[in-house]
Amino acid sequence: MGYYINEIKSTGNIAVDDTILIKGTPATAGSKMLENFNPLFSADVVERLEKSGYEISGKTNVGEFGLDLMGETSYFGATEVDGKLAGAAATLVKNGDIKAALNVDLNGAPRRAAAVAGVDFIKPTYGTVSRYGVIAAACSGEQIGVTAKDAESVKEILSVIAGHDSKDGTSLPAEKYDYEDVAVSRMKVAIVKELYDLASDEVKANIDKYSESLKALGVTVESVSLDCVKEAQTAWQILMSAETTNNLSRFDGVKYGYRTADYKNIDELYVKSRTEAFCFLTKATIIYGSDVLAKGKYESCYDKSLRIRRVVATKVKEIFASYDAILAPACANAEYKAYDIIDSFEKVFEESVFTAVPSITGSPAMVTKGVQLIADTYKDNVLLSIAKSVEGLEA
Amino acid sequence: MKYELVIGLETHVELSTDSKLFCSCGGHSSPKEPNDCVCPACCGMPGMLPVTNKHAIELAVKAGFMLNCKINQYTTFDKKSYYYPDLPASYQTTQWFNPICVDGSVEIGERTIGIKQIHLEEDAGKLVHDDATNTSFVDYNRTSVPLIEIVSRPDFRSSDEVIAYLKKLKSSLQFAGISECEEGAMRCDVNISVRPEGSEEFGVRAEIKNMSSLSEIKDAIEFEKVRHVDALERHTEILQQETRRWDDVKRRTFPMRNKETAADYRYFPDPNLMPIVIDDEWLEAIRASMPATAEEQSLRYTEMGIPEKEAMVLASDRKLSDTFDAVVALGRAPKSVASWILTECMGNMKRLELDELKIDSAKLSRIIELVDTNEITRPAGKKVLSAVFESDVDVDKYCEENGLNVKVDEGFILTTVQRVVAENPDAVANYKSGKTKAMQALFGLIMRELKGTGDPVVIRDLLQKELDK
Repeated sequence: MGYYINEIKSTGNIAVDDTILIKGTPATAGSKMLENFNPLFSADVVERLEKSGYEISGKTNVGEFGLDLMGETSYFGATEVDGKLAGAAATLVKNGDIKAALNVDLNGAPRRAAAVAGVDFIKPTYGTVSRYGVIAAACSGEQIGVTAKDAESVKEILSVIAGHDSKDGTSLPAEKYDYEDVAVSRMKVAIVKELYDLASDEVKANIDKYSESLKALGVTVESVSLDCVKEAQTAWQILMSAETTNNLSRFDGVKYGYRTADYKNIDELYVKSRTEAFCFLTKATIIYGSDVLAKGKYESCYDKSLRIRRVVATKVKEIFASYDAILAPACANAEYKAYDIIDSFEKVFEESVFTAVPSITGSPAMVTKGVQLIADTYKDNVLLSIAKSVEGLEA
Repeated sequence: MKYELVIGLETHVELSTDSKLFCSCGGHSSPKEPNDCVCPACCGMPGMLPVTNKHAIELAVKAGFMLNCKINQYTTFDKKSYYYPDLPASYQTTQWFNPICVDGSVEIGERTIGIKQIHLEEDAGKLVHDDATNTSFVDYNRTSVPLIEIVSRPDFRSSDEVIAYLKKLKSSLQFAGISECEEGAMRCDVNISVRPEGSEEFGVRAEIKNMSSLSEIKDAIEFEKVRHVDALERHTEILQQETRRWDDVKRRTFPMRNKETAADYRYFPDPNLMPIVIDDEWLEAIRASMPATAEEQSLRYTEMGIPEKEAMVLASDRKLSDTFDAVVALGRAPKSVASWILTECMGNMKRLELDELKIDSAKLSRIIELVDTNEITRPAGKKVLSAVFESDVDVDKYCEENGLNVKVDEGFILTTVQRVVAENPDAVANYKSGKTKAMQALFGLIMRELKGTGDPVVIRDLLQKELDK
């Protein structure tokens, strides 16, 4: 598979995930289900970019509905570089083919892709960038973010796409965000011990290296404990799967998208269309998501996860009372190889421990130089400033 | 053994909003052709996000006020999942965890029916089956039109109580401008069981789905009562908790699904819709916008000089009072308007078997104006009104085409009377000799001359005077 599912303009400088709608250009979300789906309107972020004079280069390959590690479940084939898994958008940015890309961070895929490629990606504070026009899966945590080669470029594009949108009921009221640079020296950064310990040696070494750079800038780096990372991981898995199950139920073969060739009645139309068009990971997520919402399980699964979300948010806030940012791995390993899709559900769950805390709390998270920085909500500028300062050390 | 019926109702009512519940497509009265009134949002296309219609919230709160409910000032929307082609997103947005109104009541005669809750939700679309080609079509015009579901407590003990409640509900909702309650816009699920009289326990419940005609609801309840009592007394069947439907052709209910196969709707809070907080200020503004009650309205009418009894009749029916207010606003004398509505309009409603007054107030006003200014006679006015009721004719055009709008000049009537009397000396002589029937013959001749335009009372009066000379 190439990098694009649909290339629009070779002179364009911004690519968008194929889960983001552009009027008149097919949007597949990496699924056979939507192979011929032609949206009637554009996402708010696309309109903002075009209004500011940016040209869209095309729709980049994504894993089916963005549920996987970094695109390996795409119906159109995984994107691979040198025999290793790679994110399509992150690779285009790394190669300098485009200035930036917009990606939907649902369960950490663009964060992992950026970490592996060595480019920057920010998942901004939930509600600051409109989700209008995203083929939705997990509405309570997914967020459009920006991939670019450095923090300065991320900031440039983020400033364009962030701001209130009346078409999105969860959009926050501010019309625009300045992402003002803040002084990094004398900041305090916390390394979450529980996440650090779960990473491979190579990733640990990279965190150590980043930590040294921070210290060189005058930042205090300390190890802290966040004793709810596993709970956050499971709770996000439950919320994300339940919401995804519900959102994907609209793909039933009746109105648009894939419809099976042969069916005797409406039930067969549903079952065959969905069986034939969804990949294994999507099906596993739907089964899991249906189960946690079932009568008799709601209280102990979904409702409990909502309560865990509040507990995690409180515990993270406690860290941010003493620290400006958290430093953590974005994923367990420095590189990933293609694997058997039967293992995908467990594999993605395992990796999501690193990405779940910002997903479930709505806090901003930034991947830079292979590591992940997390800040308190609305403190996206702190992440951009830290990343920019460390990137400046080399220059 | 004597048995008593225990019935609870879930009543779905379409709200009178200009747009749908979560998008800007036209609301209840807009659609014309199938799928004329749809957008990517109410068609369930990916990428769209819901934005709540504030007016629907206000109407639901008004319904809560009408039915004496407590208003939940913190209310949320939830998703209810099931697959059916008339539900484009395969989930319905409803209120499962925090409904907008709770704990109300409705008085019907001596009885009080408890209201468990009122919640807001979106309607589904409509399937149209073509048996000839064995094809189904789907129309999404109705998809996402706002509904309220009014859930009663199991307080009904007879089908008559159910019908009285539904009639009361309909007039209250219409009165407050919450719903037009048009044909099919009010639908009921009837939960019914029987138990030995005096028992506190509930019997096995059947739910009859989606009923809209009052007579069918009554028939279905009566049918179910017999079925349940037969099952208990004569063991004709083992009752089980199930959903049934009424077949109006076969005049009986049929099972649809039982508890084991009941759907699991997997309710959960909609993450795209923030909880709605109705602060005190908003709540009071909604309360202030409630229409006057029938009592207040009636008082207002008596102050306008309408006799108390007539004022009460006018105030008791939203359509009557609306029409009255509109025609008075067009400049007609209140007393005159009251008389035309209560006598002539209601006469036509009875004759044409209409449940409610449906007349263009401008037309009624014009008729009253023509009569009150003697442009046409009152009988002529009645004739036009009947024509308006029957075929919605244009008032002035109709008068002209039927020769009704002759300026009725008393002088002209008098000359005609005098002329007819002079031309028929024999009839006059007969009358004077005591044959009173002769007067009727003369009256007929005059009416023919006047082509029915004069006021019969005035004509008779003038004729009498002329003959008595």
